[in-house]
Amino acid sequence: MIKVTIDNIPVEVEDGTTILQAARQIGGKVVPPAMCYYSKLKGSGGKCRTCLVKVAQGSAKDPRPMPKLVASCSTPVQDGMVVQNLTSPEVREARKAIVEFLLLNHPLDCPVCDQAGECDLQDLSFGYGMEETTTDFERREYPVIDIGDKIKLHMNRCILCYRCVYFADQLTDKRMHGVLFRGDVSEISTFVQNAVTNEFSGNVIDVCPVGALTDKTFRFKSRVWFLKPMNAHRECSICSGKVAAWMFGNEIYRITARKDEFGEVEEFICNECRFEKKELTDWVIEGPRHIKRQSVISANHYEERKEQSIIDPIAGTMTEVE
Amino acid sequence: MGRKLLLANIDVPGIRGFDAYRAHGGYAAVEKALRGMSVSEVSAEVNRSGLRGRGGAGFPTGLKWSFLDRKSDKPRYLVCNADESEPGTFKDRYLMHHLPHLLIEGLIISSYALGVNTCYIYIRGEFKYIVGILERAIREAHQHGFLGENILGTGFSLNIYVHPGAGAYICGEETALLESLEGKRGNPRIKPPFPAFKGLYGCPTVVNNVETLATVVPIINMGGDEYARIGRGKSTGTKLISASGNINNPGVFEIEMGLPVEDFIYAPEYCGGIANEKYLKAVIPGGSSVPILPADLMLNTAKGEKRLMTYESLADGDFVSGTMLGSGGFIVYDEDQCIVRNTLNLTHFYRHESCGQCSPCREGTSWMEKVLYRLEHGEGKMSDIDLLVRVAKNIEGNTICPLGDAAAWPVASAIRHFRGEFEYHVKHPEVVKNVHHGALKIEKESLIPDSGTGVNYW
Repeated sequence: MIKVTIDNIPVEVEDGTTILQAARQIGGKVVPPAMCYYSKLKGSGGKCRTCLVKVAQGSAKDPRPMPKLVASCSTPVQDGMVVQNLTSPEVREARKAIVEFLLLNHPLDCPVCDQAGECDLQDLSFGYGMEETTTDFERREYPVIDIGDKIKLHMNRCILCYRCVYFADQLTDKRMHGVLFRGDVSEISTFVQNAVTNEFSGNVIDVCPVGALTDKTFRFKSRVWFLKPMNAHRECSICSGKVAAWMFGNEIYRITARKDEFGEVEEFICNECRFEKKELTDWVIEGPRHIKRQSVISANHYEERKEQSIIDPIAGTMTEVE
Repeated sequence: MGRKLLLANIDVPGIRGFDAYRAHGGYAAVEKALRGMSVSEVSAEVNRSGLRGRGGAGFPTGLKWSFLDRKSDKPRYLVCNADESEPGTFKDRYLMHHLPHLLIEGLIISSYALGVNTCYIYIRGEFKYIVGILERAIREAHQHGFLGENILGTGFSLNIYVHPGAGAYICGEETALLESLEGKRGNPRIKPPFPAFKGLYGCPTVVNNVETLATVVPIINMGGDEYARIGRGKSTGTKLISASGNINNPGVFEIEMGLPVEDFIYAPEYCGGIANEKYLKAVIPGGSSVPILPADLMLNTAKGEKRLMTYESLADGDFVSGTMLGSGGFIVYDEDQCIVRNTLNLTHFYRHESCGQCSPCREGTSWMEKVLYRLEHGEGKMSDIDLLVRVAKNIEGNTICPLGDAAAWPVASAIRHFRGEFEYHVKHPEVVKNVHHGALKIEKESLIPDSGTGVNYW
């Protein structure tokens, strides 16, 4: 076990843990936001740069600070490391800049975007972004395309986190999904003429931090904050069958995987559960689901808050930061 | 005229072939190293020579080699970075074109020192004709027993493979190069792990520039201490400089480190002065990604000392009044050149070559290009100049690989030293719309950069 200090909070973690994982063990405000890192996808992270932190002391042996801000998701901790996240003005400045870059070509079409309300980019820009836009150039535009018959790709909204690429690479057996071109015109695409047909492909919707990949069976049906997330399960021969069913009254509007407080899927679910089973009779409803993360949904008081672990809505957290 | 270690025999007819190269002392260093020196002795010579990486960063080669994980039971690889794509730099192309055997000799010695049996030359896709030259040289070396199994009967085996890239600047970054070599998309890897532990195919790997590896040959021939005597301070030996721009003799020159910049620009054996009897305006001394410096700061440091062609002297004053030696792409601008246009050109390059993996570089480079395009075409606003400074600052240091820094530095330095010219573009949109070169000359007097050194080259 090695000792690390993050924003003056000491924590003991196992060797080889990254700064981000160590911060997640502390929880709460010190956790840097992560748009591209996904603990279940090997090799992900390091790309979006929102999780940059300052290492004020490299280790107990070598107390020199690291010369640049480092990506907390991919930098392993060392014994005696001192990390500054929100306590460093440099980090806050850099994060503001990164949000600006991410939003530079983002269409900001939240009013018509299915992800609105559970969007990492929304949370991020609300927490760290600027109030005004500084660019007056036209934003990048791509046509909306279908990836298979159930998934829609809005490349305009994509922040190129590569999560879906890693997913397609690692969890489905045939890779037909990747990035074309380079630089500011690079785009996510599937192999020409080939839709993603794998039976787990629907999970790319859940790993997508923004509204770039959306569920065609749910598109424009309802805003997510009007729906009640319920834990539900069924006997499934392909996956575990444990899902979150998003309901309005007695109607199931959509099925997603269950996500933890960091927005990561607990267990990936199959396409059959996700897209085909929309009847109440298909599922055994266990009860309401706690949304432990900062989001519009958790701010919507449809559920009595009993647990201490529920984080206050982001607004409360961030007033302190500024 | 300084000593020539790499390009001494460049004018010998047929030096590209094995026979002429061998007749002029070629492969003597291989014989010396493999027959008479132990592995650690070769590394020690390189260490003593103070050789620093010639690809741009100037990292000590001996130190880089010492990081290689020798305890691992996996095979080790040496990769030669021949993906020379920096605008203004063309020394490696010249070296490989004319002296392919020098590189191969350097590769054999370096592989021996590193305990490597497989070596890759990752060459830029546009250098297609050089692939043939290198492969022919490799074939010749095989025929004469300098490559393959049991070289010179010492039991050491080495194979060299040439792998052409598909023409991406980003693949010159060592981890992107390894990705590309593995057949993947050329995106830089997240470090750590460093290539010395997990490089090509997950095995310990050393990536060195062409010139660095070629320089190992004279180091072994003359000894590391002798080599370190050339040059000045921590910048030892000789360096290839590819000079281009408004000079009388553009081309590749081998200089001894420590040559004053003024001599390099004006001496007839080097650049030979500014072409068409014009004045020197600015210089980018190390390839397009290092900061541009105006004439007075280029020739003398802010302290008033003569600026020399060394890593330290060029970096004197950090980025406020200094720059970097980088890869030695020496680009000279005369009084007629428009800095805004030139910066736009460079930024266009970085926008085009950004891999698009991390957000600051992907979005920032294209943003800077759009703003600069607007400025250059007389549609800019005064606030655009500060916007550029801010965007450049936000990219710098926040990216995965140094391409972000490389894109930000030229913009930041151009505005730092030539802000007047940017403001001129905003104030006189009609002029800059029609005049693309020398718009500055119209109001030259008011735009002379004042660095306080009292030297005026205008």
